[in-house]
Amino acid sequence: MIGGLFIYNHKGEVLISRVYRDDIGRNAVDAFRVNVIHARQQVRSPVTNIARTSFFHVKRSNIWLAAVTKQNVNAAMVFEFLYKMCDVMTAYFGKISEENIKNNFVLIYELLDEILDFGYPQNSETGALKTFITQTGIKSQSKEEQSQITSQVTGQIGWRREGIKYRRNELFLDVLESVNLLMSPQGQVLSAHVSGRVVMKSYLSGMPECKFGMNDKIVIDKQGKGGATEEAAGKSDLGGSGGGGGKQSIAIDDCTFHQCVRLSKFDAERSISFIPPDGECELMRYRTTKDIILPFRVIPLVREVGRTKLEVKVVIKSNFKPSLLAQKIEVRIPTPLNTSGVQVICMKGKAKYKASENAIVWKIKRMAGMKESQISAEIELLPTNDKKKWARPPISMNFEVPFAPSGLKVRYLKVFEPKLNYSDHDVIKWVRYIGRSGIYETRC
Amino acid sequence: MPAVSKGDGMRGLAVFISDIRNCKSKEAEIKRINKELANIRSKFKGDKALDGYSKKKYVCKLLFIFLLGHDIDFGHMEAVNLLSSNKYTEKQIGYLFISVLVNSNSELIRLINNAIKNDLSSRNPTFMCLALHCIANVGSREMAEAFAGEIPRILVAGDTMDSVKQSAALCLLRLYKASPDLVLMGEWTSRVVHLLNDQHMGVVTAAISLITCLSSKNPDEFKTCVSLAVSRLSRIVSSASTDLQDYTYYFVPAPWLSCKLLRLLQCYPPPEDGAVKGRLVECLETILNKAQEPPKSKKVQHSNAKNAILFEAISLIIHYDSEPNLLVRACNQLGQFLQHRETNLRYLALESMCTLASSEFSHEAVKTHIETVINALKTERDVSVRQRAADLLYAMCDRSNAKQIVAEMLSYLETADYSIREEMVLKVAILAEKYAVDYSWYVDTILNLIRIAGDYVSEEVWYRVIQIVINRDDVQGYAAKTVFEALQAPACHENMVKVGGYILGEFGNLIAGDPRSSPLVQFNLLHSKFHLCSVPTRALLLSAYIKFINLFPETKATIQEVLRSDSQIRNSDVELQQRAVEYLKLSSIASTDVLATVLEEMPPFPERESSILAKLKKKKGPGAVSVELEDGKERGELNGGGDRGGDAAIAASNASTPSPSADLLGLRSAAPVSGATPSAGSLLVDVFSEAGPAATSAGVNDDGFLSALHAPEASDSPLVEGPGDSDSAPPTAASEDPAPPLPESDELLNKFVCKNNGVLFENQLLQIGIKSEYRQNLGRMYLFYGNKTSVQFVSFNTTVSCPGELQSQLNVQTKTVEPLVEGGAQVQQVINIECLTDFIDAPLLNIKFRYGGALQNISLKLPVTINKFFQPTEMAAADFFQRWKQLSQPQQEAQKIFKASHGMDTEVLKAKLLGLGTALLENVDPNPENYVCAGVIQTKAQQVGCLLRLEPNAQAQPGEQMYRLTLRSSKDTVSQRVCDLLAEQF
Repeated sequence: MIGGLFIYNHKGEVLISRVYRDDIGRNAVDAFRVNVIHARQQVRSPVTNIARTSFFHVKRSNIWLAAVTKQNVNAAMVFEFLYKMCDVMTAYFGKISEENIKNNFVLIYELLDEILDFGYPQNSETGALKTFITQTGIKSQSKEEQSQITSQVTGQIGWRREGIKYRRNELFLDVLESVNLLMSPQGQVLSAHVSGRVVMKSYLSGMPECKFGMNDKIVIDKQGKGGATEEAAGKSDLGGSGGGGGKQSIAIDDCTFHQCVRLSKFDAERSISFIPPDGECELMRYRTTKDIILPFRVIPLVREVGRTKLEVKVVIKSNFKPSLLAQKIEVRIPTPLNTSGVQVICMKGKAKYKASENAIVWKIKRMAGMKESQISAEIELLPTNDKKKWARPPISMNFEVPFAPSGLKVRYLKVFEPKLNYSDHDVIKWVRYIGRSGIYETRC
Repeated sequence: MPAVSKGDGMRGLAVFISDIRNCKSKEAEIKRINKELANIRSKFKGDKALDGYSKKKYVCKLLFIFLLGHDIDFGHMEAVNLLSSNKYTEKQIGYLFISVLVNSNSELIRLINNAIKNDLSSRNPTFMCLALHCIANVGSREMAEAFAGEIPRILVAGDTMDSVKQSAALCLLRLYKASPDLVLMGEWTSRVVHLLNDQHMGVVTAAISLITCLSSKNPDEFKTCVSLAVSRLSRIVSSASTDLQDYTYYFVPAPWLSCKLLRLLQCYPPPEDGAVKGRLVECLETILNKAQEPPKSKKVQHSNAKNAILFEAISLIIHYDSEPNLLVRACNQLGQFLQHRETNLRYLALESMCTLASSEFSHEAVKTHIETVINALKTERDVSVRQRAADLLYAMCDRSNAKQIVAEMLSYLETADYSIREEMVLKVAILAEKYAVDYSWYVDTILNLIRIAGDYVSEEVWYRVIQIVINRDDVQGYAAKTVFEALQAPACHENMVKVGGYILGEFGNLIAGDPRSSPLVQFNLLHSKFHLCSVPTRALLLSAYIKFINLFPETKATIQEVLRSDSQIRNSDVELQQRAVEYLKLSSIASTDVLATVLEEMPPFPERESSILAKLKKKKGPGAVSVELEDGKERGELNGGGDRGGDAAIAASNASTPSPSADLLGLRSAAPVSGATPSAGSLLVDVFSEAGPAATSAGVNDDGFLSALHAPEASDSPLVEGPGDSDSAPPTAASEDPAPPLPESDELLNKFVCKNNGVLFENQLLQIGIKSEYRQNLGRMYLFYGNKTSVQFVSFNTTVSCPGELQSQLNVQTKTVEPLVEGGAQVQQVINIECLTDFIDAPLLNIKFRYGGALQNISLKLPVTINKFFQPTEMAAADFFQRWKQLSQPQQEAQKIFKASHGMDTEVLKAKLLGLGTALLENVDPNPENYVCAGVIQTKAQQVGCLLRLEPNAQAQPGEQMYRLTLRSSKDTVSQRVCDLLAEQF
C-alpha cells in the first residue's frame, strides 16, 4: 500500500509531504529529489526503485507528484490513484501549479486525509468529497444534513446523494478520443491505436437509472442473431456524424468503467447501466486498434544535397468527409542538429523554424476533409567534424477533428426515474465527438 | 598578465548565462541552449567574416554550453583561429576552449600544435605562458611528442623570464608524468639542477617539483642537487621571517619550498661530504629547535606551516636513520604532539612514530611513550587515530614490553571498533607468538583472544596455535589442560571448539590422569558443543572422536554409539556422513595396532612463514609502508638474532624467508620421507584433510607426487631444459656469463647431504631456502628466493646447469621465475630432477638479478647428491651378511678412516644416517657400538644396492675419536662417492 505522498515543485522543493506508514522515513523525500528530479540523466521511467523503496511519479506541468511505498503494490492502482488525485485537485482549485498548491495547502492535506487512509485509497469522487470538504467550512449544514452525508458516503451509492432536483433535466455526453500512429515513409502503418473516453455531465433529478448503448461489435452481432428489437433502430437524435461513414460496429479491445456502472450486468448481457453521479464523471475508457480512421496522411520527401544542404517537402492529406473541418493542425518537422539556416515556403497556414526545438513548425488553423496541402523547406547545414549521421526523427502532427476516429457511435442513452414523474423523452441530451492526435508520427 | 578591462567583458555571454540561470526547468534550459546553438551556427556559417570579439564571445558560449553537459561538435576551427590572434583575451579564450574540448585524435591537432609552436617561439612571455599552460592541461602523448624537446630548452635558456620558467618547469613535470618515455634526459638535466640557485623563489619551487620527480627515476643524474638543496634549505631556515617578503607565510619563511626541499632530500641517502652533512644536520636541528619556540602567531595557518616543515624534517631524519641524536629528538618532539589537542597532529605523530619505532636508534626512545600511546588507544575519540595507536603499539613491541602491550591490546579488543578488530586480533596473535617467552603464556593469550573476539579470529590464527602446540612437546600438556578448562564455559566460540577438539584429540591423554578430566568427561564436554557447531567443525570433532578411540580404548563403546546414531551416520551432509561411516567401520574392524598406526599423533608441521603474517600483509595490501617497515624490522631482528637466544626460533618462524635458526624448531621436525608416516613432508595446510584415512592419503600423496612430476613435461609452460638449453634463457642473461661457483659452495653442499630442507645460501640481499623431496629416481626441489631488502630486484633470472658429463646423468627441469622480486617478497621455484644414472658432481645454480642498478651474479651448487636417491631397505642380520659377502670384490668396497669432527652422540649419528636415506639396521652388527645401514640407490638406468658400516671408537679421548667407514655396493663409483660424501658428515 502507499506509504506516503510527496508533491515537489520543479526545483525539487517539497510542497506537500504526507506520510501514511512508518516504514517511510524522512530521507525518502530527499532520495526522490536526488535520484529523480535532480538526476543527471533524465529519468524516464515513472517507477523508480531507490534503496528498496518504490517511487511512482507523475508530472503535471512543473509539479511532481510522487507516491512512495516499501511494499509490493499494484502499480496500476497507484497511478490510477495519482491521476484521480490530480482530478480532485483540479476540481477544487483549477490548474495544478506551484502557486495554487501553496495557496490550498490546508485543503490538500484535508483531501489527502480523506482519500487515502493508512495508504489505502478511499472515496475519491469529487462530487461526494465536495459535500463535506469545502473551502468555506461546513458550518451551515444542519445535523441531519451531516448525518445524511455520513450515510451517503458509507452507503451503497456513495457517489450520489438523494433529493437532487433540477427544473430542466439535461445530459451531456462527450466522446473524446486520441489517435496514435506510427507510419513508415512509404505510408505503411506500423502501429496505430485509439484511446478514448466517454465523459458524461448530468443534471438529472432524483436517482435516475441510465442505460447507455453504442455500436459495440459484440452487442450488435448478438442482436443481429437475436432478431433485433426496438433498440436496433437507434435514436436519430443521438446518431453520430462519423467521418468514416459505412462502418456499423467497432471492436473494442478493452474498456474500464466508472464505479457507478453495474459490472455484473455488463459481464452478463454487456449492457451498460448505472446511476450517474451528479455533475461530471468519466463514464468509461476504452481502446481500439482495428479499423481506425486516420484523419491525416503525411507524405514526407527529404533530399540531402551535398554535405551542407537539405531539401524537405511534406504533403498532408485530410481523409474525412469534406463537410467536416479539422482544427489546430500543427506539423512538426525535425531539423538536423547542425542547421545553420532555414527557408520555408508553404501554401497554407504559417511555418516557422524554431531553433530552440530543432524543428520547423507548420500551423494551419482549419482544414476541410479530402484536401491536401504542402510545405517545402531548404535547410542549410554547418559542416561538423562529427561523422555521426543525422538520426532523422519522425515528423509529428497535432490536430483536432469533430468525429471519433475509432468509429464509435453512441446509439442511445436512456434515463428511467420511476419515483419522479419525468420520462426519457423529457431529458435533453447532447452528444459531441472530438478526435485529437496523440502521438501521430510519420517517419521520414 | 594584462588586466582585463571592462570593455572586454562580453555582454552577450553574460546575458546568455543569466538566461540559463533563470530557466525554470530543464526543458526550458535545453530550449534556450538549442536556440543559442542555432544562432551560433548561423554566425559561424562562413559566408561573412566575424571579428575577433564576436568569435571570442561565441566560442565562450560554446564552452559554457559544453561545461553544462551538452555535446559540442563545431566551433573548433574558430577556436583555433583565435589562437593566432594578437589580443591576449582572445588567445586566452582560444587556449581555454582547446584545453577543455579538443581531444587528441582530432584532425585539428596539427593546426593547434603549429599555433602553440609560434607562441612558444615568440618573445612575449604571456603568450609563452599561455601555450605552456595549454600543453600541460592537455598533456596528451601527441603534445608530449611535439614539445618534449622544446620545453627543456626554454626552461634552461638564460634569457627566459622567471614566470615562463616556472610554467615550463611545471609543464615539463606534467609531460614527464604522463609519458616519461618521451621526455629524454640530456645536457639540460644538469642545468635544471642549477635552477635551485635561481634568485626567484617561484622558479625554485617549480623546479624542485620537477627535480624530485625526475630524480626519483634517475637518482644518479641529479646527485648534485643534494648539496644545492641543502644550501638552499639552510639559507631559508636560517633567514629571519621578514627576509623572504612575498614568500613568508604567516611568519614562516617559504614553507612550501622547505617541504619540497626536504622531500627531495628524501630521495637520496645522507650526503657523504662532511661539510654538506654538517650543514644539513644543522638545518634539521634548527627546525627542531624552532618547534620548541613559542608560536609567533595564534593563527592556525602559522602552526600548520611550521608543523608541515617539522614533519617533513622528521621524515627525512627517519629516512636517513643514521643520526641517533636527531632521531631521539624527533621522537621527543613527536611525543609532545601525542598529547596535543589537535587531532590531526596526534594522528601524524603516531604515524611518524610507527616508522621511528623501527629504527634501532630511536626504538628505545619511542618505548618511553608507551603509556601515552596506550592511553590514546583507550581514550581517543577518533577511530583513525586509535588505529594508528594500535599500529604504533605493534611497532614498538619487543621482548621487554610484549606482555604489557599484548595485555593492553587484549583488554582494548573488548571495546574496539569493529572496523579494526580483525587487524587487532592478527596483531595480538603475531606479537604473542613472536615474543612468547614461555608457550603457556602464548597459549593463554591466544585462547583469551578467541574468547574475547572469536568472530574476528581468522582460521590462520587457530591453525597457527595448533601448529605450535604440535611442534612443541613442552606445552602440549598445558595446552590440553587450558583448552579443557576453556571449553567448560557454557558458551564458547566455535573457534575455541575447533582448537579444543583438535588438541584434546591429539593430547587428551596428557590430562586424562586427573579424574576431573577423565577421558569420558573430555568426550562429553566436546560432544556437548557438537550440535551448536557448523559442519566443518563437526567434521573436525568427528576426527577428534576417532582419535579418542585410539587414545582411550575405554571410550570406544560410547563413541561408537554416537557415530552409529542416525544424526551422524545418516547425516544429510555428505562429508559428515562419510566420516561417521568410515570412522565407525575403522574402529570396529581395525585391530588396536592398526588403529594406533592410522591414528598416530600428528607429525610435526614443517616450518614455514607464519600464515598470520601473510594474512596481515594481505589485509594491508601490498606496498603499504607500514608493512614494509614491519618487515624490515623483523629482518633486522633476524640478522642480529644471535644474541636473542632460543627465542629466535619463534621469530624465525615469523620471517618471510626460512632462516638458519629455523632448524631449531622446524628442521628437527622435518621427518625423512618414508612410507610409514603418511603425510610427512607434504605441505598440507588444511588440518582436516589429514584426518582422512591414512592409507588413502598416503596413496594420494604418492600419485599426486608422481603425476605432478610428469606434468611439467606435458604442459607447454616455458621450461629451461637442462644444460644445453641455457642459450634459450632470456637475452638479458645471455650477455653476462654465469659467475664461477662460490668457494663455499662445496661446504654448503655437504650441509645438505643428510637433510632435505634448510637455508642454502644467504647474504645481505638474498636468502635462498630449500625444501626437497625424493622418491625413487625422481626428486623435486623447491627453492625459495627471499628478497631481504626493501627494494625490488629486477631482471631476476635463475638457471640450473649440469656441467660436464653430469648432463647425461641427471635430468633437471626448472620453471622460470618471475623477473621481478618485490622488496621483502619471496618467490618460489620448482626444480624437478630425474636421476638417470649415478653421478658425482652437483648441478650448478646460477642467479642473476639487478639490485639498484648493480648486477648481482651468484653461482651455487645445488645440493643434489647421489644419496638422495636412496631407498631404505630393511633386512635381517643373516640377509645382510650374505649380501655383504657377495660384494666382496675390492673395487666394490670403499673404506675411509677419519677423525671425528663432531662429538659421537648416538642419537645425532642415527639421525644423520637416517637422513642419508638408508635404513638403519638394528641388531645386525655384533658390536652394538657399530652402525649398519642398507639401501638401494634408484636411478633410471639401474638400481645400485648399497651396504654401509660405520665403526666409531667411542672410548677414545675426545679429539682423538676416529671412525672407520666401510661401504660396499654393486658399483664402484657409487661406493666411492657415497663414502666421500659421508666422511664429511661425522
